[in-house]
Amino acid sequence: MQLARVIGTVVATVKNDSLQHRSLLVVQSLNKNLEPQGKPLVAVDSVGAGVGELVFWCRGKEASFPFKREDTPTDCTIVGIVDSEKHVTSV
Amino acid sequence: MLLAKVLGNVVATQKNHRYENARVMLCETINPEGDSTGTTIIALDSVDAGVGDTVLIVQEGWGASTSATGKAGAAIDTAIIGVVDRIDLS
Repeated sequence: MQLARVIGTVVATVKNDSLQHRSLLVVQSLNKNLEPQGKPLVAVDSVGAGVGELVFWCRGKEASFPFKREDTPTDCTIVGIVDSEKHVTSV
Repeated sequence: MLLAKVLGNVVATQKNHRYENARVMLCETINPEGDSTGTTIIALDSVDAGVGDTVLIVQEGWGASTSATGKAGAAIDTAIIGVVDRIDLS
């Protein structure tokens, strides 16, 4: 999993049936100092995240497990919303 | 598996229900010499690792989910599955 900031939304009218009514968000992964790390990705949301929020996301096949339809075609799903920047502690 | 150092933790009230009671740890990957390789990742703890520990991380869903929650099939792709005591390089 990786920390990320939601930096945008994606609208796709034509998409796989199991992605209907799912929110697609652009996430920028972050490092320990909450600075960008790597390229932005498009993630499927499973927890009600919105633009500007600090989240963490899951990669791979496991990304489809939050959804009832486990054939949901995603390799990047937001699985948690971090309470605030202060709730990321590191030494 | 990856070698990493535990930097701290992350608190998230709103999260996937399978993450309940899990410790969400912030880790930084390292090379065998102990130097940071610059990637920060989040892993669920299954071995009571603490901040500053060098740990072994599995990045594969079945193993990560089973070790961190006791059951497979959760949206978990990364788990801490060991605390490294030492690394010997020849």
